[in-house]
Amino acid sequence: MKKILAVDDSASMRQMVSFTLKKAGFDVTEAKDGSEALSLAKQQGYDAVISDVNMPVMDGITLIRELRALPSYKFTPLLMLTTESGLDKKSEGKAAGATGWIVKPFNPEQLLAVLKKVIR
Amino acid sequence: MSIDLSQFFEVFFEESFEGLDAMEAELLNLRPGEEDSETINTIFRAAHSIKGGSGTFGFTSVSDFTHVLETLLDQIRDGRRKLTSEHINLLLQSVDCLRAMLSALQNQSEPDPTESQKLKAQFEAILGIESEAGGEEVLSEAEPDKLTFQIDFKPHAHLFKTGNEPLYMIGELAELGDLETQAFHDGIPPFDEFNAEDCYLAWRFFLTTTAPETAIHEVFEWVEDDADISVQLCGGLFEEFDDDLDKEIAATISSKDTPKSVETIEHEPAENITAQVKEEKAPSATAAAQPALSAKPSTSTPKTQDNTSTSIRVGIDKVDSLINMVGELVITQAMLSQLGEQDMTDSTISALQEGLAQLAHNTRDLQESVMRIRMLPISFVFSRFPRLVRDISQKLNKQVELKLLGEQTELDKTVMEKISDPMVHLVRNSLDHGIETPEQRIAAGKDPVGTLTLNAFHQGGNIVIEIMDDGQGLNTDKIKQKAIANGLINEDDELSSEEVNELIFRPGFSTADTVSDISGRGVGMDVVRRNIQALNGSVEVSSARGVGSTFTIRLPLTLAILDGQLVQVAEHTYIIPLISIVESLQIDVKKVSRVGKNLDVLRLRDEYIPILRLFDIFNHDGAIEELDKSLLVVVESDNQKVGLLVDDLLAQQQVVIKSLEANYKRVDGISGATILGDGRVSLIIDISGLVKLSGLRKPGSQELVLDPNLAEAIS
Repeated sequence: MKKILAVDDSASMRQMVSFTLKKAGFDVTEAKDGSEALSLAKQQGYDAVISDVNMPVMDGITLIRELRALPSYKFTPLLMLTTESGLDKKSEGKAAGATGWIVKPFNPEQLLAVLKKVIR
Repeated sequence: MSIDLSQFFEVFFEESFEGLDAMEAELLNLRPGEEDSETINTIFRAAHSIKGGSGTFGFTSVSDFTHVLETLLDQIRDGRRKLTSEHINLLLQSVDCLRAMLSALQNQSEPDPTESQKLKAQFEAILGIESEAGGEEVLSEAEPDKLTFQIDFKPHAHLFKTGNEPLYMIGELAELGDLETQAFHDGIPPFDEFNAEDCYLAWRFFLTTTAPETAIHEVFEWVEDDADISVQLCGGLFEEFDDDLDKEIAATISSKDTPKSVETIEHEPAENITAQVKEEKAPSATAAAQPALSAKPSTSTPKTQDNTSTSIRVGIDKVDSLINMVGELVITQAMLSQLGEQDMTDSTISALQEGLAQLAHNTRDLQESVMRIRMLPISFVFSRFPRLVRDISQKLNKQVELKLLGEQTELDKTVMEKISDPMVHLVRNSLDHGIETPEQRIAAGKDPVGTLTLNAFHQGGNIVIEIMDDGQGLNTDKIKQKAIANGLINEDDELSSEEVNELIFRPGFSTADTVSDISGRGVGMDVVRRNIQALNGSVEVSSARGVGSTFTIRLPLTLAILDGQLVQVAEHTYIIPLISIVESLQIDVKKVSRVGKNLDVLRLRDEYIPILRLFDIFNHDGAIEELDKSLLVVVESDNQKVGLLVDDLLAQQQVVIKSLEANYKRVDGISGATILGDGRVSLIIDISGLVKLSGLRKPGSQELVLDPNLAEAIS
C-alpha cells in the first residue's frame, strides 16, 4: 500500500484529504504543519507528500525544500495545495523542488485525478 | 468514487469560528503603522483557511467573500499596501459578517447576502477591482470535433528530481483519446557517461481526441519548465505530415539524424508504455472534474430544527484522570462483590465498611473529574470583550485599555453561557458611565487612557468575576436624588454609601441623563442582578468617587451539583442550598413577636428575622407547629435574612440537581429536584422564590414587607 503524508493546518481539510486518499486505498499519515511533517518524513519513507502552503511554524514551501534535500526524498512526488490567488506561489514551490500543485478549492475526485499524475 | 463531504462540515465550522476569533483578536492588536508581519500572517492564514475550506466544501458565498479579504491581506502582507485603520474596521466587520454567514450555513440555510455584498463592494473599492456583475462567461457549447494533435515531449535531464514521472503523464494523455506513442532513445549517452538519475528519453505522441488543447497542456502543466513541449494540430494520423515541421521537431528532440533514431513502438515500447496506455482509454478525467454537486448543502429546504449539537474540546489529562477513576471504581466494586459472597462475620463487616468508604471516596473523585470536563477557561467569555471595548470606546470617543486577568480560571460551560450577557451590560456601563472622556481625565489629573480590568479567580467553591474601572465612580448624590425622585427612599433616610450604591440594582433605576446608544435604555442593573441570581450567584458594587468602581460577581462553579442541607418538614425532606444558610438555631420564643396578621419575627441579636413556616407554605400536615420544638434555618437571599421553620436538620450532602421544569413544570419556591439515596425525590428550595411566594415581599420589589420602623415598634 502506497504511503502518503498529508500536511495541512486546517483539520477539516486534512480530514477530507486523508479520508479521500484512504478510501482510494492509500495509507495516509496526517501532519498539522511543516515541522511535524518533516520529522515524520525523517522517521519513515512516504511515497508522496501533499502539503498546504500557508501553515504556522513551518510553511509548505520550506517543507518541500527541506524534504527535497534529503536523499530519500530525491525522487518522491511532493505536491502542494495552493489557491488560485496564490498561484505565484507555484513557481516558488517549483523552485523549492515541488513536483506539482493542486489548486484549492478541489473536491475529492479532483484530488485523486491529479494525484494520478505522480503515483499509481 | 463519491465522498459525502458533509461529514467534514462540523469540523470545518468549528475551525472556521476559531479562525474568526483568532482574526478578531489579532485585528484588535493591530495599530496602523506598527503592525508586525507575524500578526498579519496569522490573520491572513485564518482567512486563507476559511476560503480554502469553504470553497472545497461548496460554500461558495463564503469563499467568494473571503477572496477579497484575502487579496487585501495579501497586499498588506507583501508590503504593497499600507495598513490603515479603515482596513482594520472593514476587516472586523467582515469577521462579524463571516460569522453570521457561517452560522446560517451551519443551520443549513443560505446566508443573507446584503451585508457581505456591501462589504465586498467596499473591499473592491479599496482594491480597485471592478465588480464582476455578469458572473462567469458562458462557454460555447459547440460540439467538439475529433482532432489529432502531435505532441512532442522532451524532458530535461533533471525531470525525475522534480518527482514527476513521464509514464503517468503518458497514461493521462491516453485517457484523453487514441494515443500513438513514439519514443526517442538516441539521447542515451554511452554507458560510462550514463547517470541513472537523469532522464534521457523523449517522446512524440499523436493523440486523436475530442478534448480541447488545454486538456493536453494540463497533462504537462507541472513540467512546463522542466521539458520542451510542443503541441500542434495536424489533420490526422501521419496523413498530412509536414516535412518542414517534422524536421524542426526532430531537431528539437534530437540533434542527430531522425529517421534512424525514431522507432515506432506501438506494440513493444520501452517500459510497456503503450500497452498500459491502451487499456485505459475511457476518458473519465472530464467527469471527475465536475464538482460534487451532491456535497452542497440543500439550500431550498432549510431545516427548521436547531441542530447545533455543540461539542467541547477536552484536554487529554482530564480524560486520563477519568479513566483512572473508573479503574479505581472497578477495583472497589470487585472487592465489594467478593465480600458480598462471603458469610458475614465481624471482620467482613468491617471490611465491607472500609470498602464502602472507599466507594464513597471514588465516587466523589469521579464526580469531580466528570464535572471538570465541562469546565472551560473563562477566556471563552473574556475573548469577546476586546472587540466590544474597542467598538464602544470608539463610539464614545474615549480611550480605554482593557486588561484581562485570570483568563485560565475554569467555569462550567452552562454557567459561562449565561454569564456573558450580564457581563456585557456591566462592561458597557463602565465604559459609558464610569470612564471619563480624555479631556475630563486630563482635567482630573488622570492618564487620558482609562483602564477597564476583567478579573476572574476562584474563592472557596465559587468563581469571582470582577469588572473594575478607574473612572469617576458612582455619583452617590445623584443616585440618592434620583432614588428620592422615584420614591425608592425618603429624603431624610440616612443611608451608608454601600446602601446608596445598592440602589442602582433597583428596577427602573437609571442615572443616565440622556438615553444613549450604549446604555440607559431601561434594561437596568435589576435585570443583571436577576440573571446572576438565577445562576445562584450574586453581584455587588463598590465604588470611590473619582477613583473608580468595581462590580463583583460571585457564581457557583457549576449548576449541576449543589451542596445542600437536608431538612425534615413533616414526613418530607427538602433541600436548602448550603451557600445561602447563615445559621440554624433553636427558637427562643420570648424573642418572637407577631407583626401584622400572621407574620412572626424573631429578634436575633439586633436583627429581626421573619419566620416562614415551610409546612404552611407547602401545605403539609403532621409537622411540628410549636416554635420552641422546631428549628429555624436562617438563610440570606437578596441581602435579606429570613428564617425557615423546619422539624429537623438532616445530613449535609452534595446533590445532583434535576430540572423540575424539564421533567414536570415550574413550581414557585422550588428551584429543582434531586433523588435521594433511598430513591425518593426531594425538592430544592429556591429561597428568593419562597420569600416572594410567602407574600413577604412587596410586589415588584426586593424589599420585604417587614418595615424597619414597625420592627422598632415591636421591640
